[in-house]
This record gives sequence, C-alpha cells and structure tokens, in this order.
Amino acid sequence: MDTTDTLSRVAHTHVVFPDGMMLDCGVRLASMTVAYRTYGALNATRSNAVLVCHALTGDQYVAEAHPLTGKPGWWDAIVGPGLPVDTNRYFVICANVLGGCMGSTGPLSPRDDDPSQPWGMDFPPVTIGDMVRAQKMLIDHLGIQRLFAVIGGSMGGMQVLQWAAAYPDAVFAAIPVATAAYHSAQNIAFHEVGRQAIFADPDWQGGRYWETGTRPARGLAVARMCAHITYLSEEALTRKFGRRLQNAPKNPTEAIGLFGDMFEVESYLRHQGSTFVNRFDANSYLTITRAMDFFDLMTDQGGDLAAAFTGTHTRFLLVSFTSDWLFPTSESRAIARALNRAAANVSFVEIPTDKGHDAFLLDEPDFHRTLAGFLAGCAEHAGLGAPAAA
Amino acid sequence: MNDAVTAAEPVRYVAKNMRVDLRLIGDMVSPGTRVLDIGCGDGALIEFLYRTKGCDARGIEIDMAEVTRAVAHGLAVMHGDADVDLHHYPDGAFDYVVLSRTLQAVERPREVLRQMLRIGTRAVVSFPNFGHWLVRWQLMTRGRMPMTPTWDRAWYETPNIHPCTIRDFFDLCAGEGYRVEQWLAADEAGRRAPWRRYPALANLFGEQAVVLLGRA
Repeated sequence: MDTTDTLSRVAHTHVVFPDGMMLDCGVRLASMTVAYRTYGALNATRSNAVLVCHALTGDQYVAEAHPLTGKPGWWDAIVGPGLPVDTNRYFVICANVLGGCMGSTGPLSPRDDDPSQPWGMDFPPVTIGDMVRAQKMLIDHLGIQRLFAVIGGSMGGMQVLQWAAAYPDAVFAAIPVATAAYHSAQNIAFHEVGRQAIFADPDWQGGRYWETGTRPARGLAVARMCAHITYLSEEALTRKFGRRLQNAPKNPTEAIGLFGDMFEVESYLRHQGSTFVNRFDANSYLTITRAMDFFDLMTDQGGDLAAAFTGTHTRFLLVSFTSDWLFPTSESRAIARALNRAAANVSFVEIPTDKGHDAFLLDEPDFHRTLAGFLAGCAEHAGLGAPAAA
Repeated sequence: MNDAVTAAEPVRYVAKNMRVDLRLIGDMVSPGTRVLDIGCGDGALIEFLYRTKGCDARGIEIDMAEVTRAVAHGLAVMHGDADVDLHHYPDGAFDYVVLSRTLQAVERPREVLRQMLRIGTRAVVSFPNFGHWLVRWQLMTRGRMPMTPTWDRAWYETPNIHPCTIRDFFDLCAGEGYRVEQWLAADEAGRRAPWRRYPALANLFGEQAVVLLGRA
C-alpha cells in the first residue's frame, strides 16, 4: 500500500478558502483547505462551541473511529455524550492543522504554481500562529464569534495559548494541557533526531518520494520511536515492560539476534513506529515539528510572557502531569505565573501520574474530573445554563 | 492510583458547615469585589463569596489534592505557595487578599503580609491566638507545649511554625504601618468575644482573631 497515495485519497469533511491565507513566513497560500470534524449541536446563540486543538501526530478525528486505522478517536475518553467535554451540551470542533496530512493544506496538497505536483519539501514553513489563523477562518466560516472554550494538549496546548493571546475576545475559557509557552532546547533536540532519521532514509529522496511511489517508512518509524520514548516515563516503561524478553522476529535484519530474544520494550517501539507510518506523511512530520520548534510566545511579546495576556478576560485552566518530562510542570507553572502577572483568572493543577506526557491522552480520572468541573464552572459564568437533562 | 478526589464527595452547601473564621471573614468583605484567598483549601470561602456576594473570588492552595477538588468544583484555584508565589501578582490587582489560618504556617509572615497589602487594597487575616488563657495555663502548669482544640498538633509535626498572640500581631501591624480597620476575637464556635475595646482581654479569652487591614 502506498501511504502517500492513500493519505491523499481519503475524503475528509473540509472547507476551501479560495483566497488562501498569508503565512508568517511571508508566503501567501493561494488557496487553503481546512479539514475538520464537529460533534454535538451549535445552540441558537452560537455560544456553546468548544474548539479542540490536536497534537503533533493527532488529527481531527477526536471522538470517532479513524478513517485510516479504524481505531477509536484519540480523545474519545474526554469528548462525547456525558464526558468531560460533553457533546450533549457543547458543539465540539476539531480541525486538522495547517501542514497536516488529514485533509488540511500541507505538503501533500497540490502546489499553487503546479497543481499536478504536491508541495513536498517546498511547502512553506508554517507556524503555530498560522495554524491558529487557519482555525480562526474556520470558526468565522461556521458563524461563531466567540468560542466557549479552546482546549488542547502538547502542541494543541500551544495553539490554545496562541488563541488566547491572538484572539482574547473570541475565547471565553482556555485550557492548555501539558504544554509550554515555547519549545525547550531539549525538545528541539529530540525533534532534530527524528528529522535526521527521516533525512537519512534513502527512500526519502530529498522529500520527493512520491515520484517513485516509495516512502521513507524506516526513517519516519525511527522518528516516531524516538519521540514515543519522550511521551512516556521511565516508571511507565518499567511498569509496562521491565526487562522482559520475548521471541525475536526471524528476519535477522529486524533484530539483534542475541540468543533469539528481544526485549518487550523494543517490540513495542517497533510496533509504534510501523503503525505510525501507515497514517502519517513524512514531510508533514518535518513541517509540523518545525512549527513546534519555532513556537515562542514569550519572544513574540518582547520577552515578557505576561504581555501576551494583558487585560485578558479569558478564564484559564492549566494542567500538567507529575511524570511528564517533555512538558514538565515547571513550564505550566511559568505560564500560570505570567497569567498572574497579567491579573488573569487562572486555575492550575498538577495531576499525579506515572504515565508521562501521554497522560493527557489516557485514563486519568483526576484530570477528567478537573476538566469537567472547570468547564461546568465556566458555563455558569458564561450563562450557558444548566446541562441538558440526560 | 491516587484518591485526590473521590467520586462520592458529599454535596457541599456553602456557609452551612463552613469554618467559623471563614464566615467571619466573609462578613468583612464587600459585595462585588475582587478577592484573592491565599491557602483557600477546597475553596469554601471562594464559593461563599461568589454565590452570596457576587465577588470575583480566586484562590491559591499548596495542597494539590485540595486544588484539584476546588477546580473540579468549578472554582478558580491554582496551586501555589504563599511564601513564593505572591510576588507574581501585580500591584492592586485585588480589593481584598485573604489569609485564613495560614499566617502562622508560612515561612516569612511579615513578607507575606507586605505582599498581601501590595496586591490588595485591604488584607483580611485570621489566625489562632497563642495568647489564649488555656495555652498559657498549660505551658505554665505543665511546662510543655500546649495541646488544645486549636493547637492540636505536637510540636514536632505541627505546620504552625510562627504562632503569635493577638497583641503580637497588632504590634507587627503598627510597626509595618498598617491600619487596623476592623478586628474581632472569637472562640472556636465563632461566638465573638466581648472584649472589642480591650485587646488585652481579647488576647486572653479569644481563641482566634480576624483582622481587616488597610494600607496606612
């Protein structure tokens, strides 16, 4: 199966903005597509919309089976009827980010100057700010003036912060989860390892892999394996795998054939890598990791993060997780303190867990209860009224 | 697993079973004002001020399980430490900054008070009175650290590292130039002690004090 081909052939709900959009880099996209999904119903006053922002390798399929993998939505424990982001009560929107590979304009899309060819590596560099501007166009298109809440984890949290800074009047409540106001040197370093793995794969072919019908599967898989380690914690890896061995695959190029065994953790990572390449485009991975690396809300504000939020009326909930070393609590606390300096309304909790960065995607009852309670409190302040009877 | 918040949490009705000093503090706060409650616990005072007085009330709490409980209840509470987090707030951001039964447990009480009256126009402070007659009596007769309903933790495990008496507190306020706008002493049940004009008697018979301070 040719993934590149499969990825571009799946039909996604989308809207086309024929006038395109100016990017931060100065390039203008002549036309722009934003693919998105919605759940629940918009109320008469259009005041119950919740925008969910996805992370690096996420997509718009938040709470339904994924069209390529058939797996459940990536946040189906959070978004749905009766869940913390209750679709009986809220109108939930999630868009594939600009630069992504699930239907929004990205490296797989036709070039502006030669629609017979995809952009590939010539796709202009995009920023978190560009992603959010594209989402704003979608929200305007849907006729929503103010979002009740914007919520997201990791890179999704960066978008939440960008939303709150760029469009404070359009965001009643902002919930950045397991995120930071800028990408740290360590995080950029891990991304660079992933990118170099893709570049080093001969099948990458300078990013023009579609020309020969190949794809840099090994490079992208290694990038995913490396990144996946950063999403977990030592404790979680020890708990799940320890030093347990299992039978190695027969193919000697696939394993270091020592006594015919391999560690379970190796097998797990290989599985993560190999399933990932079936649903993600390598050039998209390069584009989006770059966007994360360049995110720095503080520098954008002349060195003072508080300046990004001066005079804001948005209600914030920051959530971090104790064992998350990719986006540690200290980075959420720095955002909370900046919001304090801006006299903003901010709630901040750190959830105890051993699941690392991935905890924001997993079953964390304290997190889910906190989120549900915060949203309920905000709904009261926003005058959204009581939840519909179950 | 952690049990920071249990699903079977009882429904709380504000002000009913609220701690006595919180009700006395609530009475000192004007409606519709901006309030920061330092050491807010599960947010009972914040909720009371929001529901009954329409205040924009927020809190800081050091115990993460309490923070989670408060936020899950829809209250604006953040994890933080009175000793280190107050200087992040801008001048005059609040009308009242409340510190209930926490002053005796912070590392630098004087600095915390300074921060409170920098970020707030007024400060409301409640604290257990170490000058109460039972405390004095126990120390005098037994020669050992007192154990009373108010001071109920052994010296080696109490978080109350800076106990003070009502007179000590007034001395500090005078030294720092704070104006005492209102004060009262009360027993544990919240009955106001009748020694409003006589601080020395309040200091002997009041188990706790609630003081409203303004900048001089």
